[in-house]
Amino acid sequence: MDSALLIHRLHFAFTVTFHYLFPQLTMGLAPLIVVLKTMALRRNDEVYNQAARFWARIFGINFVLGVVTGIPMEFQFGTNWSLFSRFAGGIIGQTLAMEGMFAFFLESAFLGLFLYGEKRLGPKGHWWSAVAVCLGSWLSGFFIIATDAWMQHPVGYTKAADGSLHLTSFWALMLNPWAWWQYAHNMSGAGITGAFAMASVGAFYLLWGKYQEHGKLFVRVGVVAGLIFSILQLFPTGDGQGRMVAQNQPATLAAMEALFKSEPGAPLIILGQPNVAEQRIDNPLVVPKMLSFLTYKVWQAEVRGLNAFPPDTWPDNIALLYYSYHIMVGLGTLFIAIMVVAAFLLWRGKLYGARWMQWILLLSLPFPYIANTAGWMTAEIGRQPWLVYGLMRTADGYSKLVSASNGLFTLLGFMGMYTVLSIFFLFLIRREIENGPIAQPAAH
Amino acid sequence: METVWFVIVAVMIAAYVVLDGFDLGAGIIYLVVARTTEERRKILRSIGPVWDGNEVWLLAAGGTLYFAYPLLYASAFSGFYLPLMIVLWLLMLRGIGIELRAHMDNPVWQGFFDVIFSVSSALLAIFFGAALGNVIRGVPLGSDGYFFEPLWTNFQIGPHPGILDWYTIMTGVVALVTLTAHGALYVSLKTDGELGQRARRAAAAAWPVQLLLTLVSLVATWFVRPSIKENYLSHPVGFLIPVIVVGSLVVMRLATRDGKELRAFLASCVYITGMLVGAVYALYPVVLPASTNPAYSLTIYSTAAGHHGLVVGLVWWTIGMVLTLGYFVYIYRMFRGKVQLDGGGY
Ligand code: HDD
Ligand code: HEM
Ligand code: HEM
Repeated sequence: MDSALLIHRLHFAFTVTFHYLFPQLTMGLAPLIVVLKTMALRRNDEVYNQAARFWARIFGINFVLGVVTGIPMEFQFGTNWSLFSRFAGGIIGQTLAMEGMFAFFLESAFLGLFLYGEKRLGPKGHWWSAVAVCLGSWLSGFFIIATDAWMQHPVGYTKAADGSLHLTSFWALMLNPWAWWQYAHNMSGAGITGAFAMASVGAFYLLWGKYQEHGKLFVRVGVVAGLIFSILQLFPTGDGQGRMVAQNQPATLAAMEALFKSEPGAPLIILGQPNVAEQRIDNPLVVPKMLSFLTYKVWQAEVRGLNAFPPDTWPDNIALLYYSYHIMVGLGTLFIAIMVVAAFLLWRGKLYGARWMQWILLLSLPFPYIANTAGWMTAEIGRQPWLVYGLMRTADGYSKLVSASNGLFTLLGFMGMYTVLSIFFLFLIRREIENGPIAQPAAH
Repeated sequence: METVWFVIVAVMIAAYVVLDGFDLGAGIIYLVVARTTEERRKILRSIGPVWDGNEVWLLAAGGTLYFAYPLLYASAFSGFYLPLMIVLWLLMLRGIGIELRAHMDNPVWQGFFDVIFSVSSALLAIFFGAALGNVIRGVPLGSDGYFFEPLWTNFQIGPHPGILDWYTIMTGVVALVTLTAHGALYVSLKTDGELGQRARRAAAAAWPVQLLLTLVSLVATWFVRPSIKENYLSHPVGFLIPVIVVGSLVVMRLATRDGKELRAFLASCVYITGMLVGAVYALYPVVLPASTNPAYSLTIYSTAAGHHGLVVGLVWWTIGMVLTLGYFVYIYRMFRGKVQLDGGGY
């Protein structure tokens, strides 16, 4: 591969993957904070208010990181992908600009009120500011997903005389079926991160033996939300995403499953190592006919394998794609299992005494992040070799005049910067958790 | 339609510079005028609830530019690759400088973020000024509409300039001084006591420099890009703009002297808007002039997106703008008045 191309891809992949570590918690926590604020308002109990303020502090730190890492994303379409921007900017610029106008303004304006204005606003007004922040973050998720979904499944465009794409139908762009499935699945994935984070901190307090009342509240809210989102993640949203891929990107599906040859009644491979050189899967553990059923709801349906497509339209990193996909699905199954057991214990009133389950909840914190990242890698690597599916190849989209060495320089710069940011982030979050939910907020 | 979006993007950029400009300006004077921890907290509190919203104007303007003029966005952003990346890093540092400082009550920690905040604000002001200078001076566009500019070449103006040459360094300094005064006026408006006094004195001290640099930059621009006079000569109403600029400078001076803080700050807003509008008026319909061959210059016509997109864009943009103005009026009213430090927030 051309080294400039490789650097630009890594540049984007690294910065966007890092960025997405933060919004997933923002979008996942926002509705949970609204839940806590609502309980505070209805029951008039200070514990709920303390809980909401505690999570607002975590949210605030996380949000700052989301903001500062998001700004480079907005500009990288131009800096690193200028040929792509010229080609498709008239369309994906719409959704990106709408994100700024409708989501970021709302979110940033009301976050200021939410974090600084509790006294001036009073309880009702403060509740509304929490709702506005939640709405803003979920809207921003929608517009960015609509952008990505259009790259996965372009709709509503026509090719103009100069070779660039022009929008012909705004509603096709907004109502892209791919976007709605992807949005549902992705937001539920963010919900999983938020719920696991809350349950994990709660479990930590219970195990620590401090802030018992808050710990129980966090575990309760986290487990209930976690159960709901984990199930939604598999069905209907994961299933719907899968059908979108099967219908619109059949080569991607074949590569995700490492299905090299077309087969009627194709098996589902639970574990195994794709061997791209030999075009087979080594040491597979299979469930016969399951893939055909999952994709087409017919046991004998023929699933097209990679051999049905010209090799120059195969995703260029089949092994990584396969592993990412299987890590996501494997973790998704595990999340359902954890949350079902935890919810059962909660229902029977045994969860607050079950230290083993609290340990599991505590330690499961990193896994939603891994699953979300693996999911995005599946989507983005699966789209290869296309940048805009079927219309523009990744190799034709990057900035030709930005050399590999300039790209490498700034990639290293971002890596250094993000290392420092990560250290501050972890340090501050650790401190907040240790100071506990009753602590007074830092004086701004 | 192309012209409509040209005006919209220009207005959004001006809104960004006026609004985030005072955050940057507050950062520039921060170490100088705020001496005690209390005073530093007051400055941070005066911009704390609003800076992120202000910064979103940059994102929204960038996004709007992207969809209305995709080729301009593609060409300018990849051509200004290196300085843009530096700007992104500075924006990050500025953001964490404001937000992370308060999380720990330790003088070393706070001192560290104080310096980060102030230095990145000052450098951002210089970079933004230099960016504007580059756009006025022109960049080495090729026939395909792309270019790549090194950080500097020989500091001269020619067909192959760098990001930094004597002219763009000068515009960078103009921006630094302008935003210093702007931020100082904002701080004097939002704070009282010793701090407010010192901010006002800083604004007064910046004023003669600002006046001088305004005049020098006008002459220099004339010299660097003689064609700027064409739009003015063919539509002489444009000459109102320099009149407004100079008028607002005078008002700034008088109002600062009389302690009319709000009026002085608003005059500074008018001054900044006037300077930007003056530049944009001269360029139209060119959006990125070529230093190589004038025929390669990018115009609003050669870079615009398809017609349908621009038309539907106008619908949602208008809705979004009404909502946004609503939030901003609400937020600024909510946090109006002088900052008080009473521990637990407003
Ligand atoms: C907590 C995170 C998480 C979990 C547990 C799962 N997913 Fe997922 N998945 C995502 C997080 C995610 C994601 C990050 O949200 C992705 C990446 C792009 C997108 O929109 O959603 C995604 C994409 C994604 C795709 C699209 C790939 C493409 O576009 O090429 C499919 C087919 C699935 N998922 C299917 C599933 C199934 C069947 C799961 C079984 C439980 C599952 N996901 C669990
Ligand atoms: C929703 C908005 C997103 C858009 C518009 C987008 C777009 C892009 C673009 C333009 C590239 C570069 C071309 C390429 O190599 O494929 C890319 C690559 C990539 N993106 Fe995304 N992306 C988005 C979100 C994400 C997120 C949230 C993640 C991860 C958490 C992600 C992970 C990746 C990865 C891993 C690559 C590299 C793929 C490869 O090199 O094979 N993307 N994406
Ligand atoms: C290439 C892709 C992306 C771009 C260009 C981008 C751009 C941005 C920008 C500029 C900000 C800062 C906004 C501010 O100043 O308030 C931001 C924050 C945010 N982004 Fe992204 N983003 C991308 C990927 C994603 C994805 C995939 C999601 C979620 C699905 C997402 C969700 C958010 C959210 C919720 C925020 C609010 C801040 C936070 O949550 O920490 N972004 N993004």
